[in-house]
Amino acid sequence: MSSRALLVAIDVRKSYGPTAALAGASVTVGAGEIVAVMGPSGSGKSTLLHCLAGIVPVDAGTVRYADRDLTKLSDVERSALRRSDFGFIFQFGQLVPELTCLENVALPLRLAAVRRREAERRASAWLHQLEVDDVADKLPGTVSGGQGQRVAVARSLVSEPRVVFADEPTGALDSLNGEKVMVLLTKAARDSGAAVVLITHEARVAAYADREVVVRDGAVLDYSTVERAA
Amino acid sequence: MSVGHTFLGMLEGQPRHGYDLKRAYDEAFSPDRPLAYGQVYATLARLLKHGLVVVDGVEPGGGPERKRYAITEAGVADVRSWLAQPVKPEPYLQNVLYTKIVLALMSGRSAVDLLDVQRTEHLRLMRELTRRKTSGDLADQLICDHALLHLEADLRWLELTADRLDDLAARLHHI
Repeated sequence: MSSRALLVAIDVRKSYGPTAALAGASVTVGAGEIVAVMGPSGSGKSTLLHCLAGIVPVDAGTVRYADRDLTKLSDVERSALRRSDFGFIFQFGQLVPELTCLENVALPLRLAAVRRREAERRASAWLHQLEVDDVADKLPGTVSGGQGQRVAVARSLVSEPRVVFADEPTGALDSLNGEKVMVLLTKAARDSGAAVVLITHEARVAAYADREVVVRDGAVLDYSTVERAA
Repeated sequence: MSVGHTFLGMLEGQPRHGYDLKRAYDEAFSPDRPLAYGQVYATLARLLKHGLVVVDGVEPGGGPERKRYAITEAGVADVRSWLAQPVKPEPYLQNVLYTKIVLALMSGRSAVDLLDVQRTEHLRLMRELTRRKTSGDLADQLICDHALLHLEADLRWLELTADRLDDLAARLHHI
C-alpha cells in the first residue's frame, strides 16, 4: 500500500431528491494503490465514484485530489482535470461505435490536441499491451465483449492518468474474460503507477486490489483515512 | 485426499520409482505440504499388498527406493471406479461462524461488526490466492480457482446473513 494519499474524501454527502445516496462517506486512495469499493446494489458505490472523480458536485464534505479541493473547482475546471488526470472504465465499454478500436483508444489524446499520428502510435502500443492488437481496425460492434473491454482499459490508460476509475469493469463478462481483463488492468496500472478505484460487488474481482472498503447505506468506513489524515 | 488412488492414476501413464512418484505428486497436488517419505512407502506397500501395483524392476545396488512400480489391471479398475464416483458435496456452513453470529445477537453484541471482520479476513486470503494464481502455472490456477470460488460463496452467505440480521435477531428473542 502506498503511504502517500492521492485522493481523499472526507464525510461526503450526496442526495438525489429526498434519497441520500451518500450519508457521510470517507475514503483514502494512495498514489499507485488499487482500492476495491464493495457493497450491495444501491449502497452508493457508483455515487461515491462519481463524487471522487468530480463527475457530480457533492452536497457536503470535501474531496481532495493531490493538492486540489475538487469541491471548490468549477464544472469546467473539474472537466479539464478529468481529461488530464483521470481515466474511466465502465461496465459496458462505452466505446464510440462509429470509430475503430484504435481511434477509440486514441480519442482522449486527440481531445488533448495530440497530433493524429502520435496519438495513434501511442494508442497502438496500449492495444498491444492489452493483447488486442488484432482489433485495431475493427469497429467496437464487431468485436467480442472481452476484447471491447480490453480496448476500454487501453483507452482509460492511454493518457497516462494518475487515477483510473473502473465501475464494474467485468460485470458484463464471463469468468475467464473477466479474469483476463482484471489481470491486464491491474498489471498495466501497476506498471504505469496509476491508482485504481475499482467498484465491484464481486469478491473475486476485489481480490485483485490491494485492499477493499465497503459501502453500506451510503457510508464508508475506511480505517486508513483516520491514520493518514492525522 | 486419497494418496493411494492418486498414485495409481499417476502410474497409469508409466511405471515410476517411489521417489519420482513423490516428487510428481508434490509438484502437481501439494506444493505447500509435501508428502513424507514414510507415507509414500507405506502407501506403496498397501497398494502392493492389495495387488493394485507390482514391482516392475529393481535397480541393482539400490535401496528400497530404487524399486520401480507399475499398475496392475486391478489397479486400473480401482482408479477408474474411484474417478467415476462423485465427491461428496459439503454444503454446510462452518458451525463456528453461525454460532458466533447467533451468540452475538443473543448477547446484544454487534453481529455486523463480526461479519465485517470475517469479510476482511476472507478477502485477505482471497488476495493471497489471487497473487499466487496470477504468478503460477495452470495447476496453481485450478487449485486457487477452487479455493477462491468457495471463499466467494462464504462471502455471499455473509452478505445475505447481514441482510437478514434483523429477522434473525427477532427470532432469537423467542429462544
